[in-house]
Amino acid sequence: MYSDKVFEHFQNPRNVGKIEDADGVGTVGNPVCGDLMTIYIKVKDGRIEDIKFQTFGCAAAIATSSMATEMAKGKTIEEALQITRDAVAEALGGLPKQKMHCSNLAADALRRAIVDYFRKNGNFDKIKELGLERELEKMEKGEMDDHGEYCEA
Amino acid sequence: MAYFDYASSSPVDRRVVEAMLPYMTDHFGNPSSVHSFGFKAREAIEEAREKVLQLIGGNGDLVFTSGATEANNLALIGYAMRNSKKGRHILISSVEHMSVINPAKYLQKQGFEVEFIPVNGFGEVKLDFIEEKLREDTILVSVQHANSEIGTIQPLDAVSEILEKSDAVLHVDATASVGKIDVSKLNAELITISSNDIYGPKGVGALFIAENVRIQPLILGGGQEKGLRSGTENVPAIVGFGKAAEITSKEWKDDSERIKKLRDRIIENALKIEDSYLNGHPERRLPNNVNIRFSYIEGESIVLSLDMNGIQASTGSACSSKTLQPSHVLMACGLKHEEAHGSLLLTLGKYNTDEDVDKLLEVLPGIIERLRSMSPLYRR
Ligand code: FES
Repeated sequence: MYSDKVFEHFQNPRNVGKIEDADGVGTVGNPVCGDLMTIYIKVKDGRIEDIKFQTFGCAAAIATSSMATEMAKGKTIEEALQITRDAVAEALGGLPKQKMHCSNLAADALRRAIVDYFRKNGNFDKIKELGLERELEKMEKGEMDDHGEYCEA
Repeated sequence: MAYFDYASSSPVDRRVVEAMLPYMTDHFGNPSSVHSFGFKAREAIEEAREKVLQLIGGNGDLVFTSGATEANNLALIGYAMRNSKKGRHILISSVEHMSVINPAKYLQKQGFEVEFIPVNGFGEVKLDFIEEKLREDTILVSVQHANSEIGTIQPLDAVSEILEKSDAVLHVDATASVGKIDVSKLNAELITISSNDIYGPKGVGALFIAENVRIQPLILGGGQEKGLRSGTENVPAIVGFGKAAEITSKEWKDDSERIKKLRDRIIENALKIEDSYLNGHPERRLPNNVNIRFSYIEGESIVLSLDMNGIQASTGSACSSKTLQPSHVLMACGLKHEEAHGSLLLTLGKYNTDEDVDKLLEVLPGIIERLRSMSPLYRR
């Protein structure tokens, strides 16, 4: 059901934990649905210098969080925004179809962490420039996630 | 390896395999044939029928099916269709197996009025609900003997007592209880059991039908099994089922006593882990069932972690199922979604040893701790 890569990341997840003085924090998911992810970033000179995650969820959820943080580490903000859910799934050698939505929220959590970073700096122009207004709006409203077809809780 | 997933599948007892073998090679006749090969097969089937009937102490008939799912379908749809003139109201418990729930929903679409009996926090059916809802046109009530997931044993004596005043027949799915607790005194008109749950082969089960109860077949054809289940009988499997029933009748008590001790040791120690709770009834539960909920983490992760340590278990977690819906049983017991997610289900069997339990108890706390350390919900 899971690829070796998924198993490997589940067993030895990279970047687990919390950054206490994070520059940006992004949370998505919903414990009702069975998944909740928080990503913390530290940014220096426009690059993601450090990144950590905490995840409540299945093995795929943990593995996607691990993979997404690994992919984002050291990247510029612009580059990190290019990391899509599909790219994370692909890097893991694929995910079962029904797990795509529920588990693969890490890319979204990362986007939100980035938005939060700009928000904290009052850099709303950048949010606009990068087309992240929708995320910001959702975050302000406290919306956690758009639930997919498999997540009707 | 320490296997704790007997409710999903059990190995076949070697004595059962021995009994089956000749019916695949030498005695391969079709039981419907009118010659000595056929007679031999026919005889074997009838012998098996006797043995299974003895196990459930039933006075009536027994139809062999392809398993418990088919038996449950036959019980519900077969009975409702045949007796729809008497009434169209059906009561079923909300914690039944899907092979009872889905036929009930199908009947709903056919115009039957189906009501789901709620359960209390331990998963026991609410008797006053049955009493209240029972009507003149109630034809069928379906309440399982025990729940395969949370282990709770239903108060069936009380259910039968309520039904005494009515014409409704009682269907009991005894798939989870057979071989674990006494199934010989069930006071029900229709009883489902399956072979793999008593160390027999897969692909065979049976529906017991009390005398004077009429049902309509679902599978039509050559009229085998008294016209109630057409299709050439799976002779080796039926023979194996019979042998398994014979062994179970003699050995279930001793096995259960031993298994129960293992179970209690697991429960006692697992509950020492902080924020863990027992699902199901603390006393009125199957001797082989452990179902524990660990807050802040998710069941599939626990099961996979255990598997990496050579321990097989199961979960009621949404994330391990195809639909990602949490277990309807845990939800019916009143758990919240996020609570239902972190459940670990261990079902024991007669081949489990003290060492298996040692092994489990050695790794479990570490697994829970590791997963919690990754969880954003666990902030201590
Ligand atoms: S967290 Fe729900 S499917 Fe993975």
